[in-house]
Amino acid sequence: MDLNLQELNATEFPVPAELESNIAITSLSQLYNWGRRNSMWPMLFGLACCAIEMIATASSRFDFSRFGFEVMRATPRQADLMIVSGTVTKKMVVPIVRLYNQMPEPKYVLAMGACASGGGPFKEGYNVVSGMDKYLPVDVYVPGCPPTPQALLYGMIALQRKIDGQSIANGDDVPWYGAGSAEPTPVPVLGPDIIDPRQMDMIRRQAERAAQEMTALGTRELPAAMQLAPAKTAASTAAPAEAAPANGNALAYELPTGGTPWTEAEDIREKRRLRALARKALRASRRASAEEE
Amino acid sequence: MPTAAPAAPLTNTSIEGAIDHLKASYPDAISADDREGYGGIIVDSAQLLDIARVIRDELGFDYLSSATAVDYLGAGDHMEMVYHAYRSSGGGTLVFKAQTDRDNAEIPSLVSVWRGADFQEREAWDLYGIRFPGHPNLKRILMWEGFHGHPMRKDWREAYYEEELKPFDSRWPGGHVHRAEEKNVFGKNVSYPREIDLSRLMDTSETAVYQSLGLGVDVERVMDKDGFETNELVVNMGPHHPSTHGVFRMVLTVDGETVTSLEPVMGYLHRNHEKIGERNTYLHNIPFTDRLDYISSMGNNHGYVLAVEQLLSLGRRYNEPTYRCEALRVMMVELSRIVNHLWAIGFWLNDIGAFFTPVLYFIQERERILDFFEAVAGSRMMCNYMRFGGLFADLPERLKSVSNLTNDRVRDYNTMQFLTEMVSERIPRTIDELEQLLTQNEILIERSVGVGVLSAEDAINYSAAGPLLRGSGVPYDIRRADPYSIYEELDFDVAVEDAGDMYARYRVRVKELRESVRILRQILPRLEATKGQSIWADGKPGAYAPRVPLGEAYGRVENGKGELGYYIVSAGGRSGTANPWRYHVRAPSFINLTPMGIMSKGYKVADIVGILGSIDIVLGETDR
Ligand code: SF4
Repeated sequence: MDLNLQELNATEFPVPAELESNIAITSLSQLYNWGRRNSMWPMLFGLACCAIEMIATASSRFDFSRFGFEVMRATPRQADLMIVSGTVTKKMVVPIVRLYNQMPEPKYVLAMGACASGGGPFKEGYNVVSGMDKYLPVDVYVPGCPPTPQALLYGMIALQRKIDGQSIANGDDVPWYGAGSAEPTPVPVLGPDIIDPRQMDMIRRQAERAAQEMTALGTRELPAAMQLAPAKTAASTAAPAEAAPANGNALAYELPTGGTPWTEAEDIREKRRLRALARKALRASRRASAEEE
Repeated sequence: MPTAAPAAPLTNTSIEGAIDHLKASYPDAISADDREGYGGIIVDSAQLLDIARVIRDELGFDYLSSATAVDYLGAGDHMEMVYHAYRSSGGGTLVFKAQTDRDNAEIPSLVSVWRGADFQEREAWDLYGIRFPGHPNLKRILMWEGFHGHPMRKDWREAYYEEELKPFDSRWPGGHVHRAEEKNVFGKNVSYPREIDLSRLMDTSETAVYQSLGLGVDVERVMDKDGFETNELVVNMGPHHPSTHGVFRMVLTVDGETVTSLEPVMGYLHRNHEKIGERNTYLHNIPFTDRLDYISSMGNNHGYVLAVEQLLSLGRRYNEPTYRCEALRVMMVELSRIVNHLWAIGFWLNDIGAFFTPVLYFIQERERILDFFEAVAGSRMMCNYMRFGGLFADLPERLKSVSNLTNDRVRDYNTMQFLTEMVSERIPRTIDELEQLLTQNEILIERSVGVGVLSAEDAINYSAAGPLLRGSGVPYDIRRADPYSIYEELDFDVAVEDAGDMYARYRVRVKELRESVRILRQILPRLEATKGQSIWADGKPGAYAPRVPLGEAYGRVENGKGELGYYIVSAGGRSGTANPWRYHVRAPSFINLTPMGIMSKGYKVADIVGILGSIDIVLGETDR
């Protein structure tokens, strides 16, 4: 990093030209931010494919050290920035949250790629978390699968801009100067499925409710798994506008009676084929009528 | 003296002969698999163990490539284990299967015959719920202990379940967008079983890991050989660790600095590739394969399209890929092998202490190849380049890169000129430079000779593949042993080293780099000669999104990390099907970890990361 003091000058007080490279008059916030934004050390922490592009960004061709991301540190205690570079799985989110809690303030999270931003191509997978922001506060999202090194650099520069905009006078911007130590983010628990401790109450309520309704219906022998998505038929036949989010209190059960067996799968395919044929016929007739006109 | 051995001889001992022999000795336990499109034999699971021994010892199929489960819900309602065995001297596959009930699934473990079945059987238990009596350590491997259900079963549904098969009605053809979170009460990708006990919620997954190793506490008191009381320490490495090549974890016990046992713990990047793959259409899966071994996406594409092409060739309308298409495929695959080996060697150096400086040189070369991929396929890493019966695109006349802001050599270049320069100058120069710095380097030799030794017998028995196998003196390279594409007519040697240590594996990789260059040199004239030929058999994208006829197929390729196989079952139907019924990836990174335990025993803690680096794993493929 070249030290450019003119960059820091932020007042109307004139600095004599011959001293410009030695003296800067600026605000405390700006000085503070200037120091922070140019010494962001990312954590050496790769999750999946995106990590390879992160390494490429760190290597000589792209070289994020040029922007002050000097060196990657493997220990969270020396890192300012967590680049979540890849698919966050349920199994991995537990250590990630622990690592985040071990990072000293001020700390930032950059979600690199589609997976870390929202689940990405693997979103529907049973072991995949739909985005890092389900568990940790994310400062910058970088789209892409994987984002090119240029995109990652852009995201990192965006983070620097964010820091530039913070003010030391504003407690919300610099909460780490507040009273008391910061609350650690609760670490998720791996039970039958992953459990976010912040949702414990909600889960308990839902479970009780489920149990009660079951008793009322007298259907104790129903299969074990509790499906929380609205019933499949409702979902697939509902018009887009009607597919409203499930009411927070209502548990819409779909009790899985089993996946589609081989034979039924064939039926689905057959139906699809017929639909496709129908569409084709429709298109043909439309074309024919258009030609007539 | 270890030198590049001549190609493994192609033994032509027929598979039929082997099957006949088995049928003669076990007439009631063996029947031919005569379902349409299937091959191989079905073995009575009561006698599976005996028959497996005969297959290994008498028939010589000493290498168990793949063992995987299939759930035939609605088609016989049974579970099936499918095994693919090979002779390490080369030749075709012996496919045998054992069936069991879905409800109380149980199949004898084959770990005592082929140690390589170890992780694969654990995976089948984890994802399918098949128990394997006789398995020494049957516990979950990809999911955590305590997870509800066995997710790959056809009647198990994930929280974001929408429909059985893609394309989902909600997205196509009518199509509207919704966020899956919105349909879930918790706004997350979770679903809990009804019997969830919320009164005592503890994360037992960690305890389970240590308990299964017989480790109750962190420190065990043991007596050393002189009668002094000493402590055996449990050291946990990963999943966050600078040298575990991703989110991989090892639990070791150490006596002083010496490792007494090592247990890989994985699944931290288990992204449910196979479950998603079985909902996807065949075409959907190609970009997903890119994300398996994300260092060499071209190789992953290749294995997958080969497997699907095998199935397609059972149908009526199928055209073989053209010669140009095959040549292009081989070129791309060899380029990714170069990328892969450069990367592997570079990061292995990281692991043994040359932190990040040498690897910069290799990444530099990789960038150039990625520029080429980007110009041809549109993406640096996730090339998504191959199609069934063809390719996404032919080579452009000139390479014009749009996103290369810093490297301008590639801005606008004649493609063939670029390739020629790369193959005849740049890559060989990089390899020379690499060898000059490393091969005789005293520190490197000190660190790596005689460390992490794997004997040839173990390598075969543990189903090791790729440079790990060849570094142990087994000249087994699928490009020669069971040739595919146009490798048969290409002139190259199988790299092999006898020592079985880290250094030998390094040497194998360097040799393979040179062999890849040699192959590329032969490919370029072939590309010139086929200029103008279409990459599609009939000149237009024929089998772009095919309907695949009934049957099973196993396509395997020699990828940078070893044998990459795809086992695919198509449910067929009247007009073929667009979605696979079973889609399994035989991942070399996963199976190569099976011998990690025996390879590290007795070495120092500091060697462990080096040994892991010398296996060369990628977590996307290990955990899938
Ligand atoms: S966003 Fe794409 S490249 Fe990145 S981790 Fe996810 S799948 Fe891999």
